[in-house]
Amino acid sequence: MFRRINRTLPLHLMLLPGLALILVYSYGPMTGLWIAFENYVPSKGIFHSPFVGLDNFKYVWDMPDTAQVLTNTVVIALFKIVLSLVFPILLALLLNEVRIKFVKRGVQTLIYVPYFFSWVLLSGILIDILSPSEGIVNKLIQSVGMKPVFFLGDPAWFRFTIVVSDLWKESGFHTIVFLAAITSVDPTLYEASIIDGANRWKQTRHVTLPAMMPIIVLVATLSLGNVLNAGFDQIFNLYSPQVYSTGDIIDTMVYRIGMIDTQYGVATAVGLFKSLVSCLFIGISYFLAYRLVNYRIF
Amino acid sequence: MPGDKSIGRYTFNAFNYAFLLGFALLCIFPVINTWAMSLSNKSAAAAGVVGFWPVDFTFDSYRFVFIRRQFFEAFFISVERVALGAAVNLLLTVLIAYPLSKGTSEFKSRTLYAWIFVTTILLNGGLIPWYMTIKETGLLDSIWALILPGAVPVFNCILLLNFFRGLPKALEEAAFIDGANHWTTMWRIFVPLSKPALATIALFTIVGHWNSWFDGLILMNSPNHYPLQSYLQTVVVNPTSAFSTIDPAQVKFLSEISDRTVKAAQIFMASVPMLLLYPFLQKYFMAGIVLGSVKE
Repeated sequence: MFRRINRTLPLHLMLLPGLALILVYSYGPMTGLWIAFENYVPSKGIFHSPFVGLDNFKYVWDMPDTAQVLTNTVVIALFKIVLSLVFPILLALLLNEVRIKFVKRGVQTLIYVPYFFSWVLLSGILIDILSPSEGIVNKLIQSVGMKPVFFLGDPAWFRFTIVVSDLWKESGFHTIVFLAAITSVDPTLYEASIIDGANRWKQTRHVTLPAMMPIIVLVATLSLGNVLNAGFDQIFNLYSPQVYSTGDIIDTMVYRIGMIDTQYGVATAVGLFKSLVSCLFIGISYFLAYRLVNYRIF
Repeated sequence: MPGDKSIGRYTFNAFNYAFLLGFALLCIFPVINTWAMSLSNKSAAAAGVVGFWPVDFTFDSYRFVFIRRQFFEAFFISVERVALGAAVNLLLTVLIAYPLSKGTSEFKSRTLYAWIFVTTILLNGGLIPWYMTIKETGLLDSIWALILPGAVPVFNCILLLNFFRGLPKALEEAAFIDGANHWTTMWRIFVPLSKPALATIALFTIVGHWNSWFDGLILMNSPNHYPLQSYLQTVVVNPTSAFSTIDPAQVKFLSEISDRTVKAAQIFMASVPMLLLYPFLQKYFMAGIVLGSVKE
């Protein structure tokens, strides 16, 4: 017994610092979720603030904007999930058809440049180039005789702008993932299909795509967990009160209720709701990924 | 290849090349445009004639930013954050991945520990309790507020853990027979053999720390303590003018520069470190993807 403890003692010790940090900074906030059931007063602290049961949840439920915010979140998130699957697959398939080496490599190199930029920098750039009065995009639109579009200030355009700019930032990364799957396809499969008379399109449909299926299914299922993540970093830096009707999402609402209006209890209640629903979806997504493509995180 | 010479093939190729090159251009154009804008004169910028190349070349936007110190103070806070943060993250990643890479026969508590870590991927406390916890632990306004709460990158631990498991078991056994203990095995065998994996994780950690802005924004009470991206969030994204506070030394630049060119200069300078890292990112990018898919 003593011998065994002695042998594994270093292993326990190695885990200790990480464990301590995660207990404080990940599990600490989880216990802090109790605030959701309180009328939290900072001077009284979490243990002495008055308990109010489900009042905070009821308050949010009765707020006029709640349904709209939930709709915005899910609509934006679903568009992002679907398009950031379809478009990168398309890009990867098209890149795979490129026979000139340096074109292929050059395109591959350039398309994930935006991926490594923060949304702060990209938003700074987008705000400039999409400006209705001075932005280069609207200058182009006007030069062909159309009216300037207020991409970031018009509620009718805001979601479009968000989804497309997200696609612009993230597609490169996902394309490389899919391209990696394509390059690992056994070349003899192509040779066999050519002998059977398959043209490029048929090779793509019957060899390349089926070979990519596991990774496509994996990416698709794992992205399910993001169904309530419409992208705080992006929207926070691009939205404004004019576009709350189509662009305000759960995370930005929590930020405003909590950090600006300091209604901690209410903001935590919304956060708890989001956390629980997300947890459910992440659980489902890992389960599906495990069942469908035998994916295990470790 | 058969079919490669048909008319359909030619048309497809033409469209394909045009589309891909167009998209690649679209990805890089905003960066080039920002660079060109930062070196252009204010009237050229306002006229919207700046595309790929500076118009009426001037360095004044950069001179203006250089005089202002705030930008560089924030820049160095970010450098400090990246150095400290990446070091802490990497150390903890190794320390967590090594014990968890052991089998349950060797390390019985492994499963329990693994679940404690993985649960944090599934559940989190949300914004307010997170903020309260950091406040309660007295980190507000200190650089450690940007490092300790995110010091355990669970996903990276899992990546490295899977990599460790892929290493030949015989090496470890040989080391133990030679009298090595867990610590020496970890540092002398596992870490040196995992250099490519560690480099990948290090690069992504650096990018992550460099790009973080929200934590700085709400955890630092005084703007003097903002890291670069938080500082830029307040000047580039929010509609505050760069000229709201101006000292006499800067007045002489006003004929040449505008809000727009100054913002562009700051955005471009903030992206320079990423652009310098880009060749390395590229090199390890594929490695990272392969690493992510290494499973037993």
